[in-house]
Parts: sequence; structure tokens; C-alpha cells
Amino acid sequence: MEFMTLHDFMFWTKGMAYVGMGVGLVAFVAFWLFVSERDVDKFADTEEE
Amino acid sequence: MSHHTTPNKTFWTPANILTAVILAIGLALTVKRFTMGIGSVTNLTDDNPWGIWIGFDLLCGVALAAGGYTTSAAVYLFGMKKYHSAVRPAITTAFLGYAFVVFALLYDLGRYYRLPYPLTIYPGPTSFLFEVGLCVALYLTVLAIEFSPALWETLRWKKLRFWAHSLTLVLTIFGVVLSTLHQSSLGGLYLLAPSKLHPLWYSPYLTLFFFLSSIPAGLSMVIFEGGLSHKFLHHKMDETHIKEAPGVTLGFAKAAAVVLFAYFNLKWIGVALDNNWHHLATGWGTWFLVEMFGFVLVPCLMYAVAAREQNQKLAFYASIVTVLGIVLNRLNISLVAFNWQLPSELRYVPSWEEIMITVFIVTLEITVLRICLNKLPILHEHPEFKGAH
Repeated sequence: MEFMTLHDFMFWTKGMAYVGMGVGLVAFVAFWLFVSERDVDKFADTEEE
Repeated sequence: MSHHTTPNKTFWTPANILTAVILAIGLALTVKRFTMGIGSVTNLTDDNPWGIWIGFDLLCGVALAAGGYTTSAAVYLFGMKKYHSAVRPAITTAFLGYAFVVFALLYDLGRYYRLPYPLTIYPGPTSFLFEVGLCVALYLTVLAIEFSPALWETLRWKKLRFWAHSLTLVLTIFGVVLSTLHQSSLGGLYLLAPSKLHPLWYSPYLTLFFFLSSIPAGLSMVIFEGGLSHKFLHHKMDETHIKEAPGVTLGFAKAAAVVLFAYFNLKWIGVALDNNWHHLATGWGTWFLVEMFGFVLVPCLMYAVAAREQNQKLAFYASIVTVLGIVLNRLNISLVAFNWQLPSELRYVPSWEEIMITVFIVTLEITVLRICLNKLPILHEHPEFKGAH
């Protein structure tokens, strides 16, 4: 992709970064649910035992 | 301890013989380095003044020693007491890691006897290198004090042990602050060379990437060493350590998965902000993709599945891939993608003596770690100080 002005460059790169952040945040929620879905907290009570 | 008797083995096992041979060669090369100069053992040039002693011994050594601050922060700052048994092994590894980073640095400094100069005679407060030096010196001191209770307990020096232990919280806070500063500043060193480092690895956010990647590096080292200790030093572990080990492995696996996921995402945002997409279609791009997918995303998913399925073995394998990934990343930045535009005859390739000295330093560190784990109350509580920390 060619850029004629700094504005073009900033618009494109910042735009891509914002899209990446948006996708990343949504993906993170899904990832977190995947990782912690089956948590049974079986180690949390070791102190009391 | 589960059982106190150590298997009756001869000292000259194959591992010990190999260790002795490496140490003997390393000592001979050390004499050569310090009597005939740095040029006699290295391929370093003005184009490549930093070789594997910086790229591996220092950058990888510091990143992989991050288990100290991550574990102590989790336990003492975030109150996750279920990981308490992991603190001493992690602090021991971190202390030895940093001590050997400084030891390795002596080989790389032309005038090693001037190591303290930046702190005393020529301070350069505007330099990243000054900050790294200051932080490493202070953090090594912090780690020495954090590590010392194990020594004082063995020597039964109760007052010193009480004094060192009473500083735990302050030292933990100090350690986290210092680690945040110097882990990121090591990446900051490469901000000075935007024209030398390949654009896929160069980023204005190098400081953030170095700090962020140090967290899974440290967590992975704790998991990796925990797995090895469980296998080879089981007889040195007490009931508490054995009982808490699965929780440490799976808890740290979950944390490492989350941070690796964030790191993977931020690395792509770095590519987007510099508009480096077109580099991905080159050979360098392929190598970058190997690092990003093979050594960041794959271990991230391995950790995620391990945490979800409560699979300790998978977490152990993920820790190996993560450690290899961190080593690959640091070597890419400091050696492989550095001076990428130079013709091949001017590129740096380490001499066999440089590699051998690195192997010597790593072997020496492992030997000292083995001695510490065998002789000090690190994987078990000292009988006279049970529950005292």
C-alpha cells in the first residue's frame, strides 16, 4: 500500500491498530472463558484444609 | 521430606563426568580470555560488538530469571498463598540467574575491573544501559537478601534469619519495581538501533514487549524447574511442596496462557502501527511467523488446554516451548535480525570458544543450583523453622 501523505499513513496504521485492539479484546474474553470455564477452585481451599 | 535417605550413588555418574569436562574446558578458556584479551576468544567486531554473551547469557538469563519477581508478587502482593511453596525455589533460581548474568558480563567487558564505574565514577543517568546496570545491581542485592533466610536457617543464625525475613514485603515491592524497570530497559537498548534491527523485530514498543514476555518466561521456568525437581529431587521435597506442586503448575500455566495471549496480540498491533505487513512475505517474515506462531501462540494454547484440562504434563511441555521461544526471541533481536542488512561475510557468527564459555557458565549455574537444592531448605522447610515464613 502506498501513502501520499503522513495523514494517509497514520490513518491506515492507526486504523489497523484499533481494529487489532478490538478483535484482540473480544478474542481475549473468549480465550478467558475457554481457559477458566472448567475451574473448580480445588486448590483454593488448601489453606483451610 | 517424604523420605530422608538419598539413594547411594557413586559421585562419578555420566552427568557429573560431563559437568567436570565442561568446567575444565571452560576454566582453560577463562584463563585465555582474561590473559590474552577478549579478541583471542571471540568473533566480535566493531559491526557486532555484542555477541552471544549479551544475546544469550544476559538477555535470556535476565528474562528466564523473572520467576523470582512473578512468584513473590503473586504470593506476597496478591495474597495467593497457595503458591507459597514455589517462592523459595523461584527466588533461588532468580538469584543464581542474576548472579551468573553479572559473572558472564565480566567476560564481555573489555575492562571488567571497571564494572562498578557507572555507579560510582561515570554515572550516565540518561542512558538505558545505566538504568539496566543500576537495576541489576540493586535487584541482585534484593535477591541475595530474599535468598539468605535459607542459608541462615541452615547455619541456625536465627537473628539474621529474622531480620532478612522481616523485610520480605518491602523487598518484594522493591523487586517488582526494579524488575519492571530493567526487564523493559533491556528492550529499550535496541531502540537506539532502528536502522540495524529488522523492522519486524524493531518496534517503539520493544520495552513493553521485553517486559511482557519476561512474565511467561519466569512462570515457565518455575513450572519447568518444578517438573524437574519433582522427578529428580522428589526425596528432597516435603509434604507441603508435593501437595502444592500441581496447584502451582496449573495456576502458573493459566497465568502464562493469559499473558502469552496478550503478548501475541500486542506484537501484531506493533506490526500494524509500523505498517510492516509487506515484510511478512519475505524470508525474514517467515522466520518471524515461526517465532510468533510456533513459539508464542502454540505454547499459549498448550498452556490454555493444560489449565482447562488440569493436565500437568502438557503444562510442563508448554513451559519448554515457552522457554525456547523466549531464547529465540532474544537471540533474534540481538543477533539474527540485528545487522540484517550487512553482507553475509560481515555478519556475526560466534566462535566455538564463545559458545563453550556460555556452556561453561550455564553448567556452572546448574551445578551451583543443584548444590543449593540438595544442601539448603529450599524444596522443604527446615525442621526448626516450620511455618515460620
